[in-house]
Amino acid sequence: MIDQAVLEETLATATQRGGEFAEVFVEDRLSSGALLDDDRVEELTSGRSRGAGIRVLVGESTGFAHTADLSEAGLAAAAKAAADAARDGNGGVRTVDLSSTTVASPSPIQIFPEDVAKQRKVELLQVANEAARGVGDAISQVAVGYGDVRRRIQIANSDGLLTGDDQVKTRFSVSCVAVGDAGMQTGRESVGHTMGFELFDQYDVTELAAKAANRAITKLNARPAPSGAVTTVIGKGGGGVLFHEACGHGLEADHVHKQATVFAGRVGELVASPLVTLIDDGTMSHEWGAYAIDDEGRPAQRNVLIEDGILLDFMWDELSARRDGRPSSGNGRRQSYKYLPMVRMTNTYIANGETDPGDIIADTDSGIFVAQLGGGQVNTVTGDFVFGMTEAYLIENGEITEPIREGNLIGNGPEVLTSIDALGNDFEMGSPGTCGKDGQGVPVGDGTPTLRVPALTVGGTAA
Amino acid sequence: MLDELLALGDTVIAKAKPGEQIEAIVVNERDTEVRVFEGDVESFTSATSQGIGVRVISDQRQGFAWAGSLDPDVVATTLAEARDNATFGSVDPDLAVAEPDGVPMAELDLYNEAVVNFATDDKIALALDLERMAGEGDPRVMLVESSDYADSVSEAAVVTTSGIRIGGRDSGSYVSATVIAGGDDETQIGFGYSVGRDPNLLDLDKASSMAVERSTRLLGAVKPETGRMIVVLDPMVTAQFIGIIGSTLSGEALLKGRSLFAERLGEQVASPLISLVDDPTNPQAFTASEADGEGLATRRKMLIDNGTLSTFVHNSYTARRLGTASTGNAVRGFTSTPSVGTIALSLTPGDRNQADLIADIDDGVLIQGVSGLHSGVNPVSGDFSTGADGLRIRNGELAEPLREFTIGSTLQRMLLDVIEVGGDLDWLPSSAAGLSLVVGDVTLSGA
Repeated sequence: MIDQAVLEETLATATQRGGEFAEVFVEDRLSSGALLDDDRVEELTSGRSRGAGIRVLVGESTGFAHTADLSEAGLAAAAKAAADAARDGNGGVRTVDLSSTTVASPSPIQIFPEDVAKQRKVELLQVANEAARGVGDAISQVAVGYGDVRRRIQIANSDGLLTGDDQVKTRFSVSCVAVGDAGMQTGRESVGHTMGFELFDQYDVTELAAKAANRAITKLNARPAPSGAVTTVIGKGGGGVLFHEACGHGLEADHVHKQATVFAGRVGELVASPLVTLIDDGTMSHEWGAYAIDDEGRPAQRNVLIEDGILLDFMWDELSARRDGRPSSGNGRRQSYKYLPMVRMTNTYIANGETDPGDIIADTDSGIFVAQLGGGQVNTVTGDFVFGMTEAYLIENGEITEPIREGNLIGNGPEVLTSIDALGNDFEMGSPGTCGKDGQGVPVGDGTPTLRVPALTVGGTAA
Repeated sequence: MLDELLALGDTVIAKAKPGEQIEAIVVNERDTEVRVFEGDVESFTSATSQGIGVRVISDQRQGFAWAGSLDPDVVATTLAEARDNATFGSVDPDLAVAEPDGVPMAELDLYNEAVVNFATDDKIALALDLERMAGEGDPRVMLVESSDYADSVSEAAVVTTSGIRIGGRDSGSYVSATVIAGGDDETQIGFGYSVGRDPNLLDLDKASSMAVERSTRLLGAVKPETGRMIVVLDPMVTAQFIGIIGSTLSGEALLKGRSLFAERLGEQVASPLISLVDDPTNPQAFTASEADGEGLATRRKMLIDNGTLSTFVHNSYTARRLGTASTGNAVRGFTSTPSVGTIALSLTPGDRNQADLIADIDDGVLIQGVSGLHSGVNPVSGDFSTGADGLRIRNGELAEPLREFTIGSTLQRMLLDVIEVGGDLDWLPSSAAGLSLVVGDVTLSGA
């Protein structure tokens, strides 16, 4: 993307006022989307965003500037701005010799989105729309979305690193509204992978549409959710959101550095049920949060965070790793070139257990079964977290019975982790997610087998 | 710069072919952001961003493209992409760029040169002062996790083939601190801020004391019993609540059968105490603006008038489809087509401050903060369930702090269950203003 000589010159400019470390992050992002709503293909959208973010580290201070001007002059101006922002007095001439490395992508692409006719994308929307509406007369509205993004990045830093990655993601979603006697309900289904248009060799959009529509129709008869502490069985797949919130964020080294997490200082301790092995793995082929290198140029890794309940390690980016004199774990990510990288999760999941999921339900006298989860949020300082249930049922006498309405569940991360008392053998990854932290959103995956928490607080309205 | 943005918009629409409608939105923004930690600058960001979005309507089909650059080559490619995209859209005779509607633009003073002239060292000093004040605000403060100063100046132009050609600029600055209080056994976190168009008027006392209070007063929090309760929503919580209500009153939700208030115009949907207004022409509103995302004048609208639903908000498309006029509520950035939304919401305030409201409550809960609103509230069905923390109210006074519970109801019921609207109107850094709101009969789920 940018010539090596220009990058070397830019790094020299960035360090002309001093600084231990400088980095140029170049990004070229092409995206396209198509939306069908209300029986109309409302629009096709194309987007292009290209630029560079330059940072300079001086002691504990970071200077950062970004620019959409990738000319030599544009990069020099941004490098100077970053150097000025870092404000070190100890300048000097410093040369950087870059040596290029490549890391094989865990997600090789077969069909690049720009090679697919737009008409093909539109047809998928129409097929899904008809399929969803065909599920039943109760379906009153359908929205179908297609999106792809190709993100090419290049990273050069004053340690001599020069590397890059080409990341392609494709997603598809169907949202339905159903109308019944008691009002409206919604159902949604989405898939997304780090792959090209071959996504649709794996998924049949009519099946996705039917799932979304059936979810909305099922909820028409939903009862108010119970309120208070209940035994909660979390279904395979999307239930991984629970761990993303209950402990994932709390295991990010930047939070640890600021003592803003309940898990600080607890490495080597039992922090979860011995059933729990939690892994964050950026190398998971084609998963939503996968990449060859992170946004600081470090290869993605498979990091075991909790093994058999014992906390082994946190997740690290370059800055937090430097501070602790250890290597980054490949978790430095940013939303775009306009942002500084931070410690972020990739694909976070609970390793498979041994119990038949049917036995877990059968062994539960009363409680709820959460089949699909929405997003969540955590207060890492207290460990209290919430996540939404978008499809859930009552469990009565060991059987899944009636659907219940939407609501949030709330729990405390450390308490919930240690209390998990059953883990299924039906591991699956969930739907694509976007994780927000400090104003930046990045794509993440999560997954889990079926599991049971003896007591989570369900935020329903039924007494 | 604004003239250049308008001129660029002119060049784009000048390329319209016969029968083709084009709308260009062109944006330029300058930001700085300072974060300090333990007496040092942790990060300093300075940046300029630009972008253009082009919408083309041709043969009753719509296409859109955007780019994060104003290079002439990029702009030309963006127009070509939007044109190509239009050939794949569905035929819809109501598609059109907005037509000038003669409504005069309010003249708002949204730009303050002081932001541009504010020295870098002063920005850093503000963040450092705030960090120090928050750190010294209470002996139970362990750490100021972050103390930030940020400002921005943004300029935007909308130019259309139908004769709209408007530009505007605004400036803003804010400081915020996040404080961790407690000790070995327990910690709590609190956030405080101050916001203004002139950085010289930012209120560090307010920001630091707010962060300190919100963290320290939750220390020792316990999980409450489950039950039905009167709650007092703190202004920041109320702002989020009315923001969700506003989303149900969008003409787009109405048009597409996703509004739970469809067919309810003219009916009582809320307590008579509730008057909800969307007024982007009020310069006190953080999101005040003279023009909407299609370049039409913004205007003041009463959405709920003493409990009666009085209007939905529209952009030019939803208005055309529904046989009404745009209310100047097109919302968008340069990366998207205009959608519909409220811009600057507020409730008409009552007379009493929060302490007086609490004094009348024997048994209730003050909701200080909520979490998981995006996952627990469904604006189509109206189901409302959110994580919360706060303080118990006993015999008219704040009592023990509470955490790890949820509050649940439906949006429809909560509006009807409002018992009193506070007089403590606060223009928050959001698209909705806050005030204390007393709501009866909310389900509190805890132990």
